[in-house]
Amino acid sequence: MGIMKVLVGFIILWPLAGFLFNGLGRNYWSKKVIAYKATGYIVASFIASIFAFIYVQEHGTTTVHYFDFINTATVKIPFDFKVDALSSLFLLVITGVGSLIHLYSTAYMKEEAAPHYARYFSYLNLFIFSMLILVLGDNYVMMFIGWEGVGLCSYLLIGYWFTNGNYNYAAKKAFIMNRIGDLGFLLAIFWLIVKLGSVNYSEVLTAESLSKLSSADITGITLLLFVGAMGKSAQIPLFTWLPDAMAGPTPVSALIHAATMVTAGIYMITRSNLLFSHSELTQNVIAIIGISTALLAATIAIKQNDIKKVLAYSTVSQLGYMFLGLGVGAYSGAVFHVITHAFFKALLFLGAGSVIHAMHHEQDIRKMGGLKSKLPITHLTFLIGCIAIAGVPPFSGFFSKDEILAAAFAKSPIYWVLGVIGAAMTAFYMFRLYTTTFLGKFRGSSDQENHVHESPLAMTLPLILLAIASALAGAIGIPEMMGGHHWLSHNLIPIVGEPIELGLSHSLEWTLMAVSVSIAILALLLAISIYKKKTDEEPLTALGKFLYHKWHIDELYNEGIVQPLNRFAGFLKNVIEKQVIDGAVNGTGKLIQYSARKVRLIQNGQVGYYILFMVFGIILLFMIWFNDISILLFFNKLTKN
Amino acid sequence: MMLVSFLFLPVLAAVILLLIKNNKTAQWTAIIFSGLTLLVALQMLYTPMADFNIAWLPNLNTRFILHADGLSKILILLTAISFPAILWATANNEYKNRNVFLSLLLFTEAGLMGVFLAADGLLFYFFWELALIPIYFLCSIWGGEKRIAITFKFFIYTFLGSLFMLAGILFLNAHSSDHSFLINSFINANLTGGQQITAFALFFIAFAIKMPIFPLHTWQPDAYEQSPTAVTMVMSAVMVKMGLYGILRWLLPLFPVAFMAHTHVVVILSVIGILYASFIAIRQDDIKRLIAYSSIAHIGLMNAALFTHTQIATQGALIQLFSHGINVLGLWIVADIIEQQTGTRSMKEMGGLAKKQPTLAILLVGFALANIALPLTNSFVGEFLMFTGLFQFSPWMAAFAGVSVILAAIYTLNMVQKVAYGAISEKINTMQAPNKGAQAVLIILLIIVLATGVYPQPLFSLTADTLQQLFVK
Repeated sequence: MGIMKVLVGFIILWPLAGFLFNGLGRNYWSKKVIAYKATGYIVASFIASIFAFIYVQEHGTTTVHYFDFINTATVKIPFDFKVDALSSLFLLVITGVGSLIHLYSTAYMKEEAAPHYARYFSYLNLFIFSMLILVLGDNYVMMFIGWEGVGLCSYLLIGYWFTNGNYNYAAKKAFIMNRIGDLGFLLAIFWLIVKLGSVNYSEVLTAESLSKLSSADITGITLLLFVGAMGKSAQIPLFTWLPDAMAGPTPVSALIHAATMVTAGIYMITRSNLLFSHSELTQNVIAIIGISTALLAATIAIKQNDIKKVLAYSTVSQLGYMFLGLGVGAYSGAVFHVITHAFFKALLFLGAGSVIHAMHHEQDIRKMGGLKSKLPITHLTFLIGCIAIAGVPPFSGFFSKDEILAAAFAKSPIYWVLGVIGAAMTAFYMFRLYTTTFLGKFRGSSDQENHVHESPLAMTLPLILLAIASALAGAIGIPEMMGGHHWLSHNLIPIVGEPIELGLSHSLEWTLMAVSVSIAILALLLAISIYKKKTDEEPLTALGKFLYHKWHIDELYNEGIVQPLNRFAGFLKNVIEKQVIDGAVNGTGKLIQYSARKVRLIQNGQVGYYILFMVFGIILLFMIWFNDISILLFFNKLTKN
Repeated sequence: MMLVSFLFLPVLAAVILLLIKNNKTAQWTAIIFSGLTLLVALQMLYTPMADFNIAWLPNLNTRFILHADGLSKILILLTAISFPAILWATANNEYKNRNVFLSLLLFTEAGLMGVFLAADGLLFYFFWELALIPIYFLCSIWGGEKRIAITFKFFIYTFLGSLFMLAGILFLNAHSSDHSFLINSFINANLTGGQQITAFALFFIAFAIKMPIFPLHTWQPDAYEQSPTAVTMVMSAVMVKMGLYGILRWLLPLFPVAFMAHTHVVVILSVIGILYASFIAIRQDDIKRLIAYSSIAHIGLMNAALFTHTQIATQGALIQLFSHGINVLGLWIVADIIEQQTGTRSMKEMGGLAKKQPTLAILLVGFALANIALPLTNSFVGEFLMFTGLFQFSPWMAAFAGVSVILAAIYTLNMVQKVAYGAISEKINTMQAPNKGAQAVLIILLIIVLATGVYPQPLFSLTADTLQQLFVK
């Protein structure tokens, strides 16, 4: 226990120290010092995380207590951290991928002036700190602290280039949309406190507390928690902030908006699986929203031409798959996909960053092409990422996606069919992206062509390591059907229980797998053959335009919600406040003046006199009202003395 | 030290100030005396102070009794921190007859301290007026262009409220068994249900105007906008707490039956007010009015919390009394620095502060985050507990009031965006670094925001006895 208290302290405090070091010293340090410190702290945290992970593998779940955050007569919320099979896995992903992205950023952001370079890294460190609190906290309030903390860092980093008004707008939109979800999360926490008097996992997530909750309670709490997850993990209807969040620097997109923060919703539901498994309704809602989001985002991704936008919609879509998994009860499958997705999507974003870096801030894939030979490392690693996300065996995405699809089939074949359609679209848009960017002829300016260069080692090394992870990470979850042991699902038994028995025969499972893989491969070959020769120009068909304009959802929200509310606020401000309420107040004031003049009591306009008379009037009124002479007696006494 | 020092020191300073003509000496005299008051307040946290009890107007059977429990202490602490902070942060502002201005401010401090300490009804009323009257003069002499009309409205409203309360106090005095004004006699007064409701209404109107509660609030944004910022800060950080204090000290213990009969009405009214003020805040361009409406929303939440009559929400409100004061003070100081330097309060004309004066922008963002109750800032703790109590009272009320969590993010981030981000505007481009005093005050306040946000336990301990009295009978 003692050693874990120190270890967890280091894991959490190192990123915080980095934040303070670079945040407070932003005007003093050189860029070299800033980069070493910021990256060093995260690497140190990663190393400590490895030890924590090993400790938990040997000794089981460990809880460490530091102090009581809130300790009152009515509620107690300790500042505790829990390192267990689930949180230790997330620890490794956050600090591991985090370290690589810090390293990558040292080169990617090197054009920034030192104070801004320091600001960037301090935000990034603060993000890691918050994310660690989110996954390590031992109760829902701690999770919420991290939850809001990562939201803040996301806001600050999306709007990192703060002189650009559009970026600020995107940052604000992200924060506000997340706040809508946060309200759901908060209400769920209040509900838990009122019903159970506790928010600690060890007290809430037990059979005993389940018996204290009615089924309406459980459904209400889980639906509200899911609303929180919708915001953070960009599900319908709260997903439109994520594509806009691409305004932030590309490594930020990789770390926050692909690998870690956006999977917080999946973490939350997996952590609370005991509650969610007891509400059929919530599970169905999650599965339906998950698959709908997966399909909606995939259709949009097909028509986007901004390299980061394609990846952003792809992220939304992949998160949808994870929620489908949660909805059908495949918790370990969803966590598996979180991990593999963290590798291949971070890889793809960083690859995109490398391309953007090489192309001098060009993000439109129609102006790229033929980069295969010019950026060999970026190309190869990006290709590995594409294969992994397309679900081609034996790359990692295949295993995790297949696990979710098999569980979906067991729940309802319709989920499976829709899932496979989504998978086909995924393969298609990813290889459309790959082909348009790397194959064919170079379509940029000659100036760009002369300057295109492979990125420095600080950027390519993370690409190579993530490519290896993307290719091999499936090994942690090879199903028993294939002669594997599925280490991950065994590891997660303390959290999510024994893997559910799907009741599918092996031959059926093999068939399903073969169908989905071959459809994906057909889709990717189709994409290569189409886009090898041409690029998508402005869409002409109605459907093409509709997808290109993202189903017009942003416009719908603006016209249907934002503008009406804004007009309502204006109505309150200009009509109700100014004319009705203040009008009544001023009218009363005038009336008093007017009637005072009329009765000619006093004409000097002194307010005090009016008031004095009013109060005597009021007192008189009460005397009559209560037929009570005690007040009169009091005044007698006053005058006598 | 004795409780009476909280009155004696500010009054002494106020009198001395009238004799000092030199501006700089006057300013430092005020800062030093209010600083000494802060030291006494800090000492009070560690060593209990005995009640101060002497005869006062014996003919009326009223006594000069000061008593400090947790509720008094947390508000005294807030008052004692606010005054030196305000005086130091606004030290470079220009005033005519500075010594008189400062003298009136310190009279107000004495009045506020008295309000939070008085354990006698008539004494309470006396301090209530002592706190208000200097404010009328401060607004009407040193205020902005529209000061006369605005002060008139402010005066009518609050004075009317005070008089209702006086009527209530006299009414209770008449019904108390020993015909005294002692709070304990008031509590033990034998009132019928109808009488309780009448007296409740008389007190409540005074408190409701002071806070203010929707729809009695329209004096406040005008008064905040037109007053000199130092006065606005006093009103917004400390003075609005008089109403909330009154509810906890007088209304609830004196009229428990009437209180419980009105919980739903008041909570619903407060929740409407929270949403109403938040919506209006979204459409403000004047930074002072934005803060004013934001403050109305926050105070509305505290009032709703008290009227849920749940222990958890009351606990939240007790510490939020303090936290709200600190946060709003920070926001006002930043707004004042910008206004003093650029001459504008219109956010349309701002922008680019983060590029021009990064430190000030960071401080603004810090207080903005506290204003939206981000976890690990002080107001998260209070709001979290208040909302939990509200949920216990009625889940739907909590959900409606919860919408303000989203609206607060909208108007606060709008403010940050317009003031701090974007290209440097013409007005912002003229800005210099804020003076050292203001910057030091802001940093200290931000440290309090974070320290009590991460470890709020000392505030809970401070107010535990009040909670005990109110809920464990």
